[in-house]
Amino acid sequence: MSNTPVDNGRRRFLTVTTSVVGAVGVVGAAVPFVASWNPSMRAKAAGADVQVDISKIEPGQQLTVKWRSKPVWIVRRTADMLAELGNHDDRLRDPNSDEPQQPEFAKNAYRSLKEEYLVLVGICTHLGCSPKFLADGEFAKQAEVVGVNNGFFCPCHGSKFDLAGRVFSGVPAPLNLQVPPYQFLDDNTILIGSAEEKA
Amino acid sequence: MWKNLLDWIEYRIPMMRVANMHAIQYPAPKNMNFWYVFGFLATIVLVNQILTGVWLTMNFVPTAEGAFASVEYIMREVEYGNVIRYMHSTGASAFFIVVYMHMFRGMIYGSYQKPRELLWLFGMFIYLALMAEAFMGYVLPWGQMSYWGAQVIVSLFGAIPVIGEDLTVWIQGDYVISGATLNRFFALHVIALPLVIVILVFLHIVALHEVGSNNPDGVEVKRPKGSLKEEEKTKFEMHEYYTKKYDIIDDVVPFFPHIVLKDLVAFSVFLFGFCYIMFFAPEMGGKFLEHPNFEIANPFKTPEHIFPVWYFTPFYAILKAVPDKLLGVIMMFFSIILLFLLPWIDRGKVKSWRYRCGFHKVNLLVFAGVFIFLGYLGGTPQAEWKIIASQILTVMYVMFFVLLFIYSKNEKTKPVPARITK
Repeated sequence: MSNTPVDNGRRRFLTVTTSVVGAVGVVGAAVPFVASWNPSMRAKAAGADVQVDISKIEPGQQLTVKWRSKPVWIVRRTADMLAELGNHDDRLRDPNSDEPQQPEFAKNAYRSLKEEYLVLVGICTHLGCSPKFLADGEFAKQAEVVGVNNGFFCPCHGSKFDLAGRVFSGVPAPLNLQVPPYQFLDDNTILIGSAEEKA
Repeated sequence: MWKNLLDWIEYRIPMMRVANMHAIQYPAPKNMNFWYVFGFLATIVLVNQILTGVWLTMNFVPTAEGAFASVEYIMREVEYGNVIRYMHSTGASAFFIVVYMHMFRGMIYGSYQKPRELLWLFGMFIYLALMAEAFMGYVLPWGQMSYWGAQVIVSLFGAIPVIGEDLTVWIQGDYVISGATLNRFFALHVIALPLVIVILVFLHIVALHEVGSNNPDGVEVKRPKGSLKEEEKTKFEMHEYYTKKYDIIDDVVPFFPHIVLKDLVAFSVFLFGFCYIMFFAPEMGGKFLEHPNFEIANPFKTPEHIFPVWYFTPFYAILKAVPDKLLGVIMMFFSIILLFLLPWIDRGKVKSWRYRCGFHKVNLLVFAGVFIFLGYLGGTPQAEWKIIASQILTVMYVMFFVLLFIYSKNEKTKPVPARITK
C-alpha cells in the first residue's frame, strides 16, 4: 500500500467530479424547498379571472371588486370627468402611459378599452396601499391639486392620481396605477384577468 | 458524593472546564461601566422571547382565518395569556432598546476595532436576523398593521428590476399577502430565525471570549507573553487558556461572580421598567402595539397611516426620504451596510472616545441624535417639512461615516494610558 505512488491527477479528478456531482445533488434537493414557496394550486385557482356585471354602476360611481385578492376599481366616468383629463398633462409624471403599467389596448388618453369605463388595480404603486376615489371637487380639496376635481389620493404617503390612474409628479408613487388585463364579454359584463386575444 | 458526581460528569463532558473558561476564570476588565450591561440584558430578553414564544404557540392558530381570533382568545380566555403575550410584545421592544444601547456602547468605546471586527459582524448579523424576526412576528396577530406593514415591506422587493414582481409573489406564496404568507412567516418566526439567532449569539460570545472584552478606556488587558512583571499581573486565577498565550494585567476581575453580580443589579433595574410597561402601558401609546392592529386585517381598507413599529422607523424614514422607490430601497439597505463596514470605515488606532479627538465625540452624539430624529420622522404622519427634514438627516447619517473615514486617518488623539484608569 504505502509503496504505491500517489496519482495526484487521478485524485484531483475524483475530488472535482464528486464535488460537482454533489453540488448538482444539492441544487436538485433545493428545488422542492424553493418551489414550495410558489403559489399553491389553490392560490392559483383563487387568482382566476373574474366576471363583473357593470350594468348597475351609475355615472360617476366607483365599483370595487376582488381579483386575485386585490381591489379592482371600475369607475364609470361622466363626460365632465373625461373632459378634465386632458387639462393637466404637464403636471403628470407619465401622461402618455409610456411605462408598461397597462396592457397594449389601454395605452391611450383614457387608459381604457371604452372611454366611459376605467378599470384599475386599486393598489398604490408606491408601497401597496389602496388610494381613495375622490370626485366632485373633493380631490382638489383633499389632495390639494388646483383645478383637478376628480382623482385618487393615497392616504399613506400622499400620492396623487388623476381619473385615468396617471400619477402626478412630485409624489412618492413612481408609476401610474396598473390597468389589469380585461375584456368586455358584452355591453354589461367585464371579464377581469385576461385580455381579448389579438387576431 | 457530590464531588464524585461532578467528576463522573467532567470525565464525560467538559462542564467545569467550560464554566471556568467562560465565566469563573474569564478575565473581564474591572472598569466595565453601566454601558456593559446590555449584552447581558439582551441575553435575558432572548430567553424571555423564546420562553413566552413557546407558550404563545400553544394557543396561536397560524391561519388567516384563525390568527386574529386566537390572539384575542389568548388575551381573554387563556389563564395568564395576556401576561404571557405582553411579556412577548414588550420583550420585542425591549430587545431593540437594549440592542441599540449595546451597539452604541460598541461605537463610543471602539469595540468594533481590530481585533474585534468579526465580533462586530456577528453582532450586526444578529441585528439583521432580529429585524427579520420582529417583522415576521408582527405580522402574526393578523391585525390591520400586521397586514399593511407586511404589504409595504414585501413590496420593497418588488422594486428590484426584472425579477421584482415574481420575487414578491414567491415570498408571499400568493398574488397578495395572504394566509399562505402568514403561515410561512409563522414557520420562520418560531423555528428558522430563532435557530439562526441562537447560533449567531453563540458565535458572538465565542468570538468575544477569543479576543477578550473591550472596556471604556479601550486599553487591552491581555498583553504579549512575557511583557509584564510579576507584580503587574492579575492576582486572580484566570483560565490557563488565556494565561498560556498572554500576560493578563492586574486590571481584571473574574466574570463570575464580579461582573455577573453587577449585571444582576442592572437586570433588577431593567425589570422595574419592563414590568411597568408590561402591566401598565403594554401598548406604549400605540408605539409598541399600534392601534390599527386591534382591528382584523382587511385587504380593502388601508389604515390612514402606515408605520412600522418604532424600532424600524429610522430606516423607514430613510426609505421615504428618497423620491425614487428603487433608490429608496437601495439607500435603506446601504444605511445598514454602512454599519456593517464600521470596523473598516474607522481607520483610527485609538478605541475609546475618551482619548479620541473632540470632533469624534461630537460626530457620535450627532449620529445618535440623527438616528433618533429619523425614528421620529419615520413614525409620525407625513408632512411637507418632514420630507425635507428626513432628506437632510439621511445625508447627515451618511456623513457620520464619511467624516469618520476622513478624520480617523490622521486623527489628533490624546495619549492612551498604559493601565486602566479608575
